[in-house]
Amino acid sequence: MSKDALNKNEYLIEVKDLKQYFPIKTGFMKSVPLKAVDGVSFSIKPGETLGLVGESGCGKTTVGRTLLHLYNPTSGEILFDGKPVNKNTIHEMRKEMQMVFQDPYSSLNPRMTVEDIIGEPLDVHKLYSGKEERREKILELMKTVGLNAEHATRYAHEFSGGQRQRIGIARALATNPRFIVCDEAVSALDVSIQAQVINMFEELQEKLGMAYLFIAHDLLVVRHISDRIAVMYLGRIVEIADADELCDAPVHPYTQSLLSAVPYPDPKMAKERERIVLEGDVPSPMNMPSGCAFRTRCKYATEKCAAECPPLTDRGNGHQVACWNK
Amino acid sequence: MSENILSVQNLHTSFKTGKGDVHAVNGVSFNLSPGKILGIVGESGSGKSVTAYSIMGILESNGCITDGKILYKGQDITKFTEKQMREFRGKCCSIIFQDPMTSLNPVFTIGAQLTEAIELHTSRKGKEAEERAVEMLTLVGVNEPEKRLKQYPFELSGGMRQRVMIAMALSCEPDILIADEPTTALDVTIQAQILELMQELQKKLGMAIIMVTHDLGVIADMCDEIIVMYGGSVCERGTAEDIFYRPAHEYTKGLLRSIPNVDRMGQKLVPIPGTPINLLNMPKGCAFCPRCENAMKICLEEKPVEMQMPDGHFVSCWMNVKKAMEEGKA
Repeated sequence: MSKDALNKNEYLIEVKDLKQYFPIKTGFMKSVPLKAVDGVSFSIKPGETLGLVGESGCGKTTVGRTLLHLYNPTSGEILFDGKPVNKNTIHEMRKEMQMVFQDPYSSLNPRMTVEDIIGEPLDVHKLYSGKEERREKILELMKTVGLNAEHATRYAHEFSGGQRQRIGIARALATNPRFIVCDEAVSALDVSIQAQVINMFEELQEKLGMAYLFIAHDLLVVRHISDRIAVMYLGRIVEIADADELCDAPVHPYTQSLLSAVPYPDPKMAKERERIVLEGDVPSPMNMPSGCAFRTRCKYATEKCAAECPPLTDRGNGHQVACWNK
Repeated sequence: MSENILSVQNLHTSFKTGKGDVHAVNGVSFNLSPGKILGIVGESGSGKSVTAYSIMGILESNGCITDGKILYKGQDITKFTEKQMREFRGKCCSIIFQDPMTSLNPVFTIGAQLTEAIELHTSRKGKEAEERAVEMLTLVGVNEPEKRLKQYPFELSGGMRQRVMIAMALSCEPDILIADEPTTALDVTIQAQILELMQELQKKLGMAIIMVTHDLGVIADMCDEIIVMYGGSVCERGTAEDIFYRPAHEYTKGLLRSIPNVDRMGQKLVPIPGTPINLLNMPKGCAFCPRCENAMKICLEEKPVEMQMPDGHFVSCWMNVKKAMEEGKA
């Protein structure tokens, strides 16, 4: 943890009952809300990594984007270092909060050189006094992420996927942020390259002390990198706990089945282990079941689950679970 | 040789491009026994999909098999005419692809696409074909099959579409099913459903499966035998236990070290240094040697020969040849 991260606030990021609905047109002047994120609360300490897992369409990417105010939240509150994030404060705050995207192919402008891509945040926030300093800063950033200085004048298409992701990370680091949202930042990479990038994320955190929101669907990777993990299902967090505790002793039936579904790279364990196969598909977020969203696929579901949505309750040690029956 | 349903011998496939020939597959050999699940694992560009497409004869127009044999029940299918190939596909060997959205035709109903395959390859026509389609959909666990036949692909979820693809591939009872990254586009819980289904169908129908994937977890879960590929060549082949517990090739070892493992939580991952090779600019010797920490002089100059390890699995790495020679001397 770096010195400037030790401030008066215990939490760097606090999210309280965040809701993000998108209107979906169903006809002329008619629309229904798609509840992408429906009442999510969590907090991240300085220098901590919170993993966010869930299946596609569960709203994990939307949470990340709403945190950076890329969307205007429908309701709820986001506090960064104790100060609310809204459209008046976000410009200044973006300096402290950055994002690394999933697809290193579409998140870099093909018409810009690496130097300009990494330099753009510096330009936007006017973080240099002259051309010399700008160039110096860019070269230092490139060194930090393991790119050679001679790559500065090249274009994104000249790089491999892993190297492109390094460019994206250098761009995120340019403003010296305290918080980075990594949205599936390693999912598009090959296994051997993925390990290189994961190690780099960890080394950068040790050196610079920033906090991560690490969004991914690969549970093994998330467990490896995270201090705590939050599991999302259809716009709500169903379980949040310390990474090892969540993986070794999951409480929510969805977390249990998610963990049992992960193919484990060990033939003996794979054969011995019992897989909890969930029936059916994820319901559409436009037509959510009443009460607990998971009840349609849950074997423990009761009448109470249909009537009322279970709140996140603490089961000790900061292990929070949203389930009536467990 | 007759016990092998499929035998690939020294297969070479290359593609003509504006920048020169890309040798995607360089001398791949393996055997497939009936009723077994064989996994081909490798990173992008390792030639695993091209190997599968070569077997099916569905290479892009600029690609061709330049050398080697593919023997199906003793017949070399690389010598087949297009008409014979059409017989072979579907009846003897089918394929399912990664993306179930793009591999189904969006303008035809599920029923039209399913019955087309059945009518082409079997004697069932009209009503009979439709009955067979319903039967197949039931087999792969699609609920309300009669209703699904009238639906279009966009009306189904990803997992359902992949089930339809499997139904289509199995409708003519092939001896071999090639699955090219069948679950990569799906979520973990849906992936678990599909893998479970494939294992069940394999037991019930007894076909052999070639599973092409980059996911070591899926491979460990499903496969009896595994081939590890890198840069168009086979690094190592053997049983699942051989590959996961006694890896002998430097690449396999590196690959297993670079995935997060519950036993090694809290420890740093050990990535393979460098970047995957450029197929346009292949090294003269071992394809992996530019990234190999233990590369020797011979690795740069000569392609490694395949040798059998004491436990019976095959590996193509000079390190092991050296070790065996030293042991032999001692």
